[in-house]
Amino acid sequence: MAKMASKTKQGPGAVVSVALTAALLALMALLLWRMQAGIKDVYIMKITRLCAINITLALAMNLINGFTGIFSLGHAGFMAVGAYATALLTIPASNKAMMFMIAPLVKPLDTLTLPFPAALITGGLLAALAAYLIGMPCLRLRGDYLAIATLGFSEIIRVLIMNAQPLTNGAMGLRSIPANATVAWTYGVALFTIVFMALLTTSSYGRALKAIRDDEIAAESMGVPLFNHKMLSFMLSAFFAGVGGGLLAAYNGTIGQDMFRVTMTYNILMIVVMGGMGSISGSVISAFVVTIGQEWLRFLDGPITVGRFHTDGVVGLRMVVFAALLLIIIVFFRNGLFGTKEATWSGVWRSFGKLRGLGKRGEAA
Amino acid sequence: MRLEIQDLRVSYGGIRALKGVSLTVSEGSVVTLIGANGAGKSTALRAISGLLKPDSGRIVYNGEDILGLAAKEIVRRGVVMAPEGRRVFPDMTVRENLLIGAYLRNDKAGVEKDLRYVMELFPRLSERTWQMAGTLSGGEQQMLAVGRALMAKPKLLMMDEPSLGLAPLVVKDIFAIIRRVNQDGITILLIEQNANASLRVADYGYVLETGSIVLEGNGRALLENPSIQEAYLGRRRNRKTEPAKYEVSMNSD
Repeated sequence: MAKMASKTKQGPGAVVSVALTAALLALMALLLWRMQAGIKDVYIMKITRLCAINITLALAMNLINGFTGIFSLGHAGFMAVGAYATALLTIPASNKAMMFMIAPLVKPLDTLTLPFPAALITGGLLAALAAYLIGMPCLRLRGDYLAIATLGFSEIIRVLIMNAQPLTNGAMGLRSIPANATVAWTYGVALFTIVFMALLTTSSYGRALKAIRDDEIAAESMGVPLFNHKMLSFMLSAFFAGVGGGLLAAYNGTIGQDMFRVTMTYNILMIVVMGGMGSISGSVISAFVVTIGQEWLRFLDGPITVGRFHTDGVVGLRMVVFAALLLIIIVFFRNGLFGTKEATWSGVWRSFGKLRGLGKRGEAA
Repeated sequence: MRLEIQDLRVSYGGIRALKGVSLTVSEGSVVTLIGANGAGKSTALRAISGLLKPDSGRIVYNGEDILGLAAKEIVRRGVVMAPEGRRVFPDMTVRENLLIGAYLRNDKAGVEKDLRYVMELFPRLSERTWQMAGTLSGGEQQMLAVGRALMAKPKLLMMDEPSLGLAPLVVKDIFAIIRRVNQDGITILLIEQNANASLRVADYGYVLETGSIVLEGNGRALLENPSIQEAYLGRRRNRKTEPAKYEVSMNSD
């Protein structure tokens, strides 16, 4: 996930970079495989899988917010579409009949089940369709207005889900979703998303998206059709958000409209901002850091005794830590971990060189 | 190649920016449109590029009315603008900026050839291909903006105040480039506040004041015109005896 474009001036060449990336991926796969076999702790494996889902979700958001420069806050809505579609298409018919107590599930869906990958893709496509409908009015807006409008539409999706009893089981949500979100699926999808985004952003189409981000008027005067490109970027972003949402549904086992509030969007946005808007490797690293961090800091929510000070636990205290961290990042490191740059092997090489240089200077002194 | 604008009227939120402008750019020439701030020069260019919709008028390019076409269609026909204030893409490399210029082109070999042409035209850029455009100096950014427009393979290159905010020496470079590009067969429509420099390179000039053309003529003639000298070149009338070295151009900013 490190090397994206190797414009090496020093350090390893392109071939070595590819080899190192392959080695890293192999190591990662081996590690995941060993963990799956060796670690009996379900909790750790759950978090490991959540990391991969968050990579997919963060990259989806980064495409529209980071690479295209459109501040969209509608991701929770697209995730909800993907999640509900995947759930409805994979839950066995008998379970569906039991679940829909108030109103029975609408006709073809009540017996229809699809294989997991087909359900995921359907979820993604439906999310992209939703993005098309939302994008029609919203993408004509700019900046804050666009953010507010997409946020509003995301809420509309949620409210629709809450009230469409025969389709979504309303406020009761969906249960017994088959646990298809295995390590292989979550990491497979994450890897596919990384490769797709890397190829997209280095293509001429991706260049046009970055041009729109940097200066709309200049991009348009160079012949880049603004609306088309924004729309396609928005729909691609929604597709991956939908797929991510589908994985999340299969990962959780149950979903409800309550999951897909604005908070969900903000959680993903935090990953993107911390990693760097417009950096794929930034989002990937940040997804691990934030996901693991949020779990690791859980002790803050429990009872704390510091000397004579004692609390019985404040729910949500760990989120305060993230809020503070985000503030620090926005104030002091506005570009996040990587800004718009990517982590490259030559970059690693350089910083390693710097460290060595520092060490030598230390010895000399 | 011939661009003819007839009675172009444009308004911006109730304010009439162009009140019936007509001008002609003929093949192979350098035509300049001069005027003070707010005269409507940039509005005219944006209307030609398809970035804004005029109220009425005709923009005829090679016998075809291109008014109302999408910006990309106009670029595709070879009418390309280097926008005011450079507007390079700051978080993209110099190379990426240039490639965006060739966005609508599919001929890979031709793009590579033009890339070499631009690099040869602006050696400063060739030293900085991997540098982020936002880190270039003002003059380099202007060169990049011109280079980017050239990558679209224009037949008519429209430049919106290329000398804006640049040091006098750099301005000289830019105007030398304009001449060179014109000699290489590209017709140029140049918009400038720097009347002195632009009238010197131009074959023909138009003077725009508050949305209307008030004067036109070939470059030399306009340069000698007393009312131009007074309004744009900072020279007072009745001072014909004064030596030319006191000539002050009304520089932008």
